[in-house]
Order: sequence, then structure tokens, then C-alpha cells
Amino acid sequence: MLSLSINGESHSVDVSADTPLLWVLRDVIGLTGTKFGCGIAQCGACTVHLDGQPVRSCVLPVGSIGNKAITTIEAIGDTPSGKKIQQAWLDVDVVQCGYCQSGQIMSATALLKRSPNPSDADIDAAMSGNICRCGTYIRIRAAIKQAATGKLEVLQTIVASPEGAAP
Amino acid sequence: MKQKAGSPQSGDPVDPSRRHAIRSGGLAIAFLWLGGGGIASAAVNARRQSGDAAAALLDGNPAFAPNAFIRIGTDGAVRLVMPTVEMGQAIYTGSSMLLAEELGVGLDQITVEHSPPSDELYGMPLLGGQITGGSTSTRGTWQVLREAGAVARTLLVTAAAAQWRVDASTCTVDRGVVHHSASGRSLGFGALASAAGKLPMPDKVPLKSPKDFQLIGKPLRRVDSADKVTGATQFGIDVRLPGMKIATVKACPTFGGKLASVDDKAARAIPGVVEVIRISDAVAVVADNFWAAKQGLEALDITWDRGENATLTTQQLRDALAESSLNGKSIVAREVGSRPAGGKSVESVYQLPMLAHATMEPLNTTVFVTSDKCEIWVGTQVPARVLGVAAKITGLPEDKIIVHNQYLGGGFGRRLETDSVEQAVALAKQVSYPLKVIWTREEDIRHDRVRPMYHDRISAALDANGFPTWYGYRTSGGTVLGRWAPMAMGKDGLDSDAVECVVEVPYEIPNLKVEWIRHDMPAGLIVGWWRGVGSTHNLFVVESFMDELAHHAGKDPLAYRRALLQRNPRTLALLNLAAEKIGWSGQPLPARVGRGIALGEPFGSRVCAIVETEVTPQGEVRLRRAVVTLDCGIAVNPSSVEAQIQGGLLFGLSAALYSDITIKDGAIEQGNFHDYRNLRINEAPTIEVYRIENNEAPGGLGEVGTAIAAPALANAIFAATGVRLYKLPVDRGLLVRDPDALKDIVSSVTSGRGGDLS
Repeated sequence: MLSLSINGESHSVDVSADTPLLWVLRDVIGLTGTKFGCGIAQCGACTVHLDGQPVRSCVLPVGSIGNKAITTIEAIGDTPSGKKIQQAWLDVDVVQCGYCQSGQIMSATALLKRSPNPSDADIDAAMSGNICRCGTYIRIRAAIKQAATGKLEVLQTIVASPEGAAP
Repeated sequence: MKQKAGSPQSGDPVDPSRRHAIRSGGLAIAFLWLGGGGIASAAVNARRQSGDAAAALLDGNPAFAPNAFIRIGTDGAVRLVMPTVEMGQAIYTGSSMLLAEELGVGLDQITVEHSPPSDELYGMPLLGGQITGGSTSTRGTWQVLREAGAVARTLLVTAAAAQWRVDASTCTVDRGVVHHSASGRSLGFGALASAAGKLPMPDKVPLKSPKDFQLIGKPLRRVDSADKVTGATQFGIDVRLPGMKIATVKACPTFGGKLASVDDKAARAIPGVVEVIRISDAVAVVADNFWAAKQGLEALDITWDRGENATLTTQQLRDALAESSLNGKSIVAREVGSRPAGGKSVESVYQLPMLAHATMEPLNTTVFVTSDKCEIWVGTQVPARVLGVAAKITGLPEDKIIVHNQYLGGGFGRRLETDSVEQAVALAKQVSYPLKVIWTREEDIRHDRVRPMYHDRISAALDANGFPTWYGYRTSGGTVLGRWAPMAMGKDGLDSDAVECVVEVPYEIPNLKVEWIRHDMPAGLIVGWWRGVGSTHNLFVVESFMDELAHHAGKDPLAYRRALLQRNPRTLALLNLAAEKIGWSGQPLPARVGRGIALGEPFGSRVCAIVETEVTPQGEVRLRRAVVTLDCGIAVNPSSVEAQIQGGLLFGLSAALYSDITIKDGAIEQGNFHDYRNLRINEAPTIEVYRIENNEAPGGLGEVGTAIAAPALANAIFAATGVRLYKLPVDRGLLVRDPDALKDIVSSVTSGRGGDLS
């Protein structure tokens, strides 16, 4: 049995130590917000935080984690940076199919935490490990800047509730 | 991003302009040819159908269910059932806006639901079944969903007016409440639901004039955003059921090959592995979790019967296709006039590769087969087809098949196929528990149903000023339509999708001949839809060639196109706007930086893109900027429109730069994102989208940006380097400024290691 600290809770799991964290989260614990995209750390859909650092959970053996704190998309909104990023994602309406967005948000949150006012180059460096096939990159860039500065970064304002849009 | 132009039409915008939006555009047009040009039978209806009572009963039996899309309970909760599926294109938002606009509720007052499988209730008028594809969803339901909302509103108002004994025309609706202002009375939809549910269907219902729209035309937030930023959205791959096991699978890598034998002893010894299941062409390992299943799969010792394609290569396919393009039987898709004698002649050959889809969510299906029913959880673009194939494989009647559609982690046409569902059902019927079958990324790419390769010959006769008096186009390739919907093939067996965007071009060219040569791939190599098939490859060829012609004429590509668009003001306006926004006539560009124009009228919309790119001395392509101008008629949600154009353009640029599915030993060589590369954020240019507003009916959007991307890029690369690209993806070797110098650099870097890369 391995003990893991996930989103502030302790979980005991009975899996082989080489099992990647991704599959423990998804298939054992039941936290399915973290996504499988490639299995070889090429697409970033599986990004989670380990003591606040972004890691690709599809290649991270659970046996190597020890007592480091794991944070997933389900709880990232409880951190100040995560909350800002999620709100900016809504304000800019970044998502399309949404499948890669858990990973995008985890990478962006880690960026904002270590670099509160990131440049374009900072964004490129932090986000180029996350593939989006829908092509939301333009809005991801805008949303990160908006989260950092609080300034509207898009040409049009997304209308939110209550006048019409979803809350 | 808005730009006013032209004068809005008065009155109902739908009927006068609906023609263009519906008639133009890829997949849709093929189906319109069914039954002599009439709309195919299975189609959504704004009013209650015979199947509606049963569907509503299964959907919580709400007090008010006037049609297949609207459910209102006595508590006033408004649920909207979505006729097409959500794969990123924001159709759940757009469809909700159409319904809510006429119903009289805000998007914050509704919830959305996936539709159950039913061609009768949720058939796309343009595709003849419950199908999401071909950029048809808004085009095909723009009228009927508004009407469905109006039917519901009319019934609710009628119920209120009857209760108050007033004339219905004196009542108004606002945010789910019917008001009678003269008497100061109000009733919410919930209080009216039961009475409204007992009323007969109204005949004619009035639709709002565009000037009265409250939702349509506003950049509203997507209805699915909130759950997608917290990880709460359930995609097919996220389904969890009591007692469920997880399988991963390996099918014979060779097209059409079979499973000969498998030694599973080592796999079964892996902790967590439950069992190993075989079907004719594949083997699956079932385990408690995906990782154990994958470990088990890798431990199998499999012998394949590789079949007739065991030695097949890409080169063989290309050679055979090239041969067909010269000597194959051609079907004339359109011929106008004839080639005038004399004049300068220009001819080119363009070749396009096979392409995978690589949706971010790898293919997966969850199936639970018991003795008397089969339940399926899957994100699919064809729910009713899923039902059909499951019935066939299980031998159960269709009413014993239950399909729970899910959010799709990307579709791009891959989920118009049911192969992975068929496989999962065949596996799951061998076990007694719910089985989730997940393909690895490698399986997803190696068993994709690829966009076909093409070999296209294009030629033109030019007058003394260098303008075309005739153009001839002969495209050769496999047919997707011919397999996927053979009944939709046209006259003489024509695949109308294959010649989309070339049978009619925006330019004034008096004579033309367009031919298609059907060249089937070897049995087992199944070609499929993509994010635009016909339009996407044809626009690359035609718009690259237009650039060539401008070059031959010694004219600026902008001026050349303008001259040929004088009788097409809507598309000319897009070209002019794009040129203005990018600053075409402004400061000269640095060395090895160029801009390329492409325009077209795909999927019932009109679009122009100008891409600006740098090409490094080493041949690397650095995208700097793109401007896209769009005339899609009414933009139901301008935010979604912008997102679709940006995303579609990036999808097309990514493919043009990197995507090439190749075959060796009868199997696809690529397997994951390291060798099937995708554009990343650091490579994305800035993209500005400008829309010319008018009150025409909406055109298609999902594939429009993709279709226009590759030619704009190739023309930009030509402007930057003088190198014309006749093949995709972009061959960087052709773009090196000084190939000999580069060779020297490579050898000096590698000489110390004893390597020889020359």
C-alpha cells in the first residue's frame, strides 16, 4: 500500500509502484479531471502539481512521489493563482472541446504562481508542453495575461450572466 | 472585431438567403442531391413527432415537452436537448441560443442535455440522419430550432391567455415569465407547463426579426465552459460504472490483417490483469486499471496474419495514384465552354498526404452487454449509427440498445466512424461486466481512418494580360463518401465532396472543366472524413495555383485576385478588408518574410486569409501573423465564430507544416505526438478575425478556417523564399537559403563524433 496526499486528503492505494500517477488518479481514486492524451509526456493533458510544480502524471511513477502534495484540476481553484486562471479562462471563454484544458490550466497556474507578470516568452516556455488540437492558443495567451494584469486582453467582451449567458 | 458593410436586408432573413448557405458546402451538398435535390427524410422538426412521447417519458416525463428539444417541468426548470453533439465547436451554446431566443429565456436559465440516438427526432436535415459534421449544425437547424422555441413560447402564452381570459397577442414573454401588462398579471413557465402541455400544436408561429434579437448576435459565454475549467465535464473516457473493468487493445498493425495467435501467459501474470480477449483482428487485455492493462498488452506475444498489404508502402500508393491521375477513368463534375485555342498555358501538379485526426481524447468506448440489452457510453458524432452497429454485433433488437452520448474530446470527423465502437462491443459481449476500452495514442494514430492522399492536376489558359480564360482541374484520390454514404454519390458515381470549392470558384473565369478520378486504396486502408476533406485540399490547390498565375502574369497576387472578383462583391469585400487590416501596401517586409493570400467560399461561408511568415535561413517556418476576414451571414455567437476561425486556422496550419501519415510494411509509421507533430503555442501566430456583418442566413464555420490555412501559408512561403510548394506538408529542405552552406554547418558540427549525416 502506498500513501498519497491528493488535494489535501490522504489516500492509500494498492497498486504497483511503477504505476503512473495519472492512472491512480483516474482509475483508482476516481479523479477524472486529469486527462490521458499521449502517455509519453508529449501533450501535457495529464499535468498536475507536485508541491506546486507542474509535472506530467502519465510518466510519474507513484512510487517516486513520497509525501509530496499532489494537486489536481479538481482542487486548483482553491489556490489564489488557480482561481485567477480559471476565472480568466471563463472571462475570455478559452475552452473548446475542453479535453486539454485541465492540463492547460495546471500549467498556466504554475506559471502565474512563479511569474506573476509573465511575458510572451514566459508563456511560450511554460505552455509549449501542452497541446491543444482545437487551437485555443490565442485565447490561452490572452487569458494568462488577463489573469496576471486584470486588464481585458481581448477585443470583445464575453457576456456573462445574468443577461443571457451561462453563469 | 466587427466591421459593418453592406445594407442589412429587411424582414425575415432566412428564406431569401438560405439558398447559398445550404447549397454550398462539402458533405451537405451530397445529401441534398438525395431524392432529386430534396432534403433527406430523417430530420428535426419544430413540432411534436410520433416518437416524442416515448423520448420525453425516458427523459423525466416533464409536464411540457412540445418537441424533441424543449423540456419544462412544473418547477420552471428549462432543459434543452441538443440535436447535434458538442466536440468543441460551441454548438451546445449556439443551439441553446436559437431555442432560447424564441422561447424567451436567458442562457443562465437553461441546462443542456445530450440527445438520445434517434434519426427521426434529431436527424440533421443536411445530412439525412443524426450526424454532426460537414459544418452543417447551425446551417441545418438555424430555422427549425428557432421555430421550436417559438412553438413552445406560443403554447405557453396560449395557456396563460386562456387562464386570464385575454387575447394572447396582448401577452409578452421575458426570461421565463409570461406577462399581461394591462392587468399586471404574470405567470412563470413552470406554472403554465401542465396546461401548455395539453394544447394542440400551433400551425404558424411568428419568428423574431433580427432587430429584436436579444441573444443571437451577442458574444455569450459558452454553456459548457464552467465545468470544463474545473475538470468536472464528463467525456466518454471519464465514464465510471460499478464493477467496470478497463481494457486496452492492439489490432493488427497491417491494414486488413488478422490475429493469428497470441501467447498471453506473461500478460496474465501481471498483477491487476483480469483476462485477455480475442477478436478476429485484435487482442485486448482487461485489467483493474489502464496501466495494468497496458503492461499486459505489452507482455503479449502476438503473431499476426499480415495479409495482402504486408509489404505496402507510401511510395507504392503515391505511384499508383499518380498513374490513375493520368490514365484513370475520369468523371466530369462540371464543364463550361471549352479551352480557347492559343494563349499561354500553365500546368501544375499538387500532391497531398494522408492525415490523421489525433483528437486529444483517444478513442474509447464503454459497453455493458447483458443477455437482454446492451448499454454504450461514447462520445460520437453519429449516435444513431452506433445504435445500429451495436444491434448488429450483439444480435439484440435496436430497442434493447441504449446509447449514452458524451462530450467529445475533439471529433474532426474521426468520431463520424463507428469502428472503435464495433470493436468495443465485440470485446464486451465476451465478458459479464461493464468494459471500458481505451485506445493508446499509438493505437489511435495507427488505426486512424485517414484523410485520403490526393494527386491533383491543374492547368489554365491565359489571355494576353495573364488572366485565365479557362481552367482545368483533375483531382484523383480515394472516396470517403463512396464508403460512408454510398447512397449520396452523385451522377455517374461522382463524389461531390471531392470537387467541392472547384466546381464553382469565386473568380470570373469563363470556361472550365473539373474532373474527378476515383482511385480506391487497397482493401483494408480505409479513408475517412477530416476537418474538411474536399474543400480543404481543393482550396490549397486552387489558391496556390492562383498565386502561380499572378506570378506568371507579373502581377501582385492581391491586384490579380481583385481583377477577377469584380463581379463577386461579397468576396471582394473580404479580400479588400484583409489587405487593409494586414497593411498589404504598407512598409516593405524584412528579407525572407512574406505574406500569402487565400480566399474561398467553403461550407456556405466566404473567407479570406492573409498569413505572414518568416522563413529562417535554415528553412524553419516562423508564423508571425494572420488576418482572417469572414462573411458567414448572421453570427449566432460572434465569440464562438472567432474561436472557430482561429482554431480552424491553427488546425490547418499545423497540418500543412507537419502532418504526414506514411506507411511501411502495410502499417502506419507514426504513433504519437513526437512523430505526428502538432503546432504548439510558441509556434502560433497572432490571429485577427474580422467579420463583415449582414443579415444573411448563417454559413458553416467549423472547417472554414482549416480549409483556408494551407494555401495562405504556402503563398506566404513563396513570397518569402520564391519556392513554390507543390506538396504538403512543408518540406523545410526546399526552403534552406543556401543548402551547401547548411551541409557544411552540419558536417562541422557532427564531424567530431565521427557521424556522417551528409
